[in-house]
Amino acid sequence: MPAQDAEPLVAAERIERRDHARSLDTALLIVGLIALWQAGAFILGKDALPSPVATVSKLAAIMGDEDFPRHAWETARAFFTALAISLAAGLVIGLALGAHRLAGEVTEPILAALYAIPKITLYPVILLLFGLGISAKIAFGVIHGIIPVILFTMNAVRNIRAVYLRSARAMRLTLAQTAGTIIIPAALPEIVSGFRIGFALTLLGTLIGEMFASQRGIGYMLVKAMETGDTATVMSLALLLVVLATAASAALLALDRRLRRHAIAA
Amino acid sequence: MTHAGLIRLALILGALALLEWACRYGFVSREAVIPPTVMLQGAWRALASEETRGEILWTLQNVALSLVLSLIVGSAAGLLLHKATRLRRALDPLLASYYAVPTFVFYPLFIVLFGLNRWPLIAIGFLFAVVAVIINTLDGLARIPRAFVRTAAVMRLTPAQYAVHIILPAAAPWLFTGAKFAVAYSFIGVIAGEFVVSGAGMGHAIAFAYNSFDNRMMYGLIVLLFAIVGSINMLFWSFERRLYARAGR
Repeated sequence: MPAQDAEPLVAAERIERRDHARSLDTALLIVGLIALWQAGAFILGKDALPSPVATVSKLAAIMGDEDFPRHAWETARAFFTALAISLAAGLVIGLALGAHRLAGEVTEPILAALYAIPKITLYPVILLLFGLGISAKIAFGVIHGIIPVILFTMNAVRNIRAVYLRSARAMRLTLAQTAGTIIIPAALPEIVSGFRIGFALTLLGTLIGEMFASQRGIGYMLVKAMETGDTATVMSLALLLVVLATAASAALLALDRRLRRHAIAA
Repeated sequence: MTHAGLIRLALILGALALLEWACRYGFVSREAVIPPTVMLQGAWRALASEETRGEILWTLQNVALSLVLSLIVGSAAGLLLHKATRLRRALDPLLASYYAVPTFVFYPLFIVLFGLNRWPLIAIGFLFAVVAVIINTLDGLARIPRAFVRTAAVMRLTPAQYAVHIILPAAAPWLFTGAKFAVAYSFIGVIAGEFVVSGAGMGHAIAFAYNSFDNRMMYGLIVLLFAIVGSINMLFWSFERRLYARAGR
């Protein structure tokens, strides 16, 4: 309706109100899921599925334990190192493969195949190559996280409108200038989508690495609790990971949306 | 074969030859990596043993069950959510961050629910795969052109006709993407479960071979697994290509 386009403020307010209603619905849905969890705990018994309240209090007890900061720090260190490597190396490789058409065509099916294989089977290989310890965990996080970053960045660069690149050539920008002022800004929304998936998979990879290749970290606590059938600890660590991962992913998603809206407006 | 395809083949063969050479001449420790030709011997040995064939079959059955369940439930849930607009919007942020959650931590819960058999593994594979199917079904349905929907209404298509003549062709690329992800994620979920706690299947066999220092068997099984996943992907890929070629895209 043209009348609303004429008054952008009104449209912005409408979007805000709609977003607000949506967040309310999402909150309701989360409350519903917690109720479902409570009902499940009631039916299955507290040994099989501890109730939400019991899980939260157990989590508080675990986090209050003097060993916990050491485990959490170990996981955080491995995860953020792996994330930095996945994002930086993935971005550079993705930009290069996106810019060079033939190289991209040659490597894309290989990367897609690598993305689809269950990389958990490579854990013995990683252990044999890196030994037990933090480097094996980091390597595990990186092999999980880097491929989606490469694939998304590559496709983002390929989809840049040709006229942008022609203008860059007309202005005789250097390669670094073209990358910094044309390619990265134009491809940013899709790159952020790739980062979002890369983030999730790096976390998954690091945790799996910790479950097998470590004596420390959240993944190790988890596998120990799984082996001893300590469902209360498993559920509270799972809750911690779910909350942290969802929060980080929601923040990246909000950034993603803003960039896309910005890109459409520009 | 295309130009890019030839280079790709040469690249892969070159990498394998380099690995073979590096292993044979001791640049890589034989305890860590064995030459590709020896890996192939290991794969052959794994296939020749009846016990290992049983493990492979068990894993493939689990993956197939997880795949079928996730495709049916995922596309049905996608269709329902597409109709229930408000629920879909509320669910959107949760679906988008779903894959940040390491699903396999719920494995002990499924053991309590289903007992120590194949179903906890299938449940993990299913949970991993079903959301990819839902997301892609929703994407596909959202991108059916309005004109198609109106034309279908004008022609008074029945729901079944609408599904076959409108939804399937128009949403095919997204449905295919969902199916491809479902294959990959079913494999990842099932194998991860077998690694972590199960006493059977390919994942267990690989972990067992590793723990008993049987590198040949371990690499042989890994090669077999990658070959199976790779050929399923290739099948999907070529089928998709042919479908689009026929549709003239």
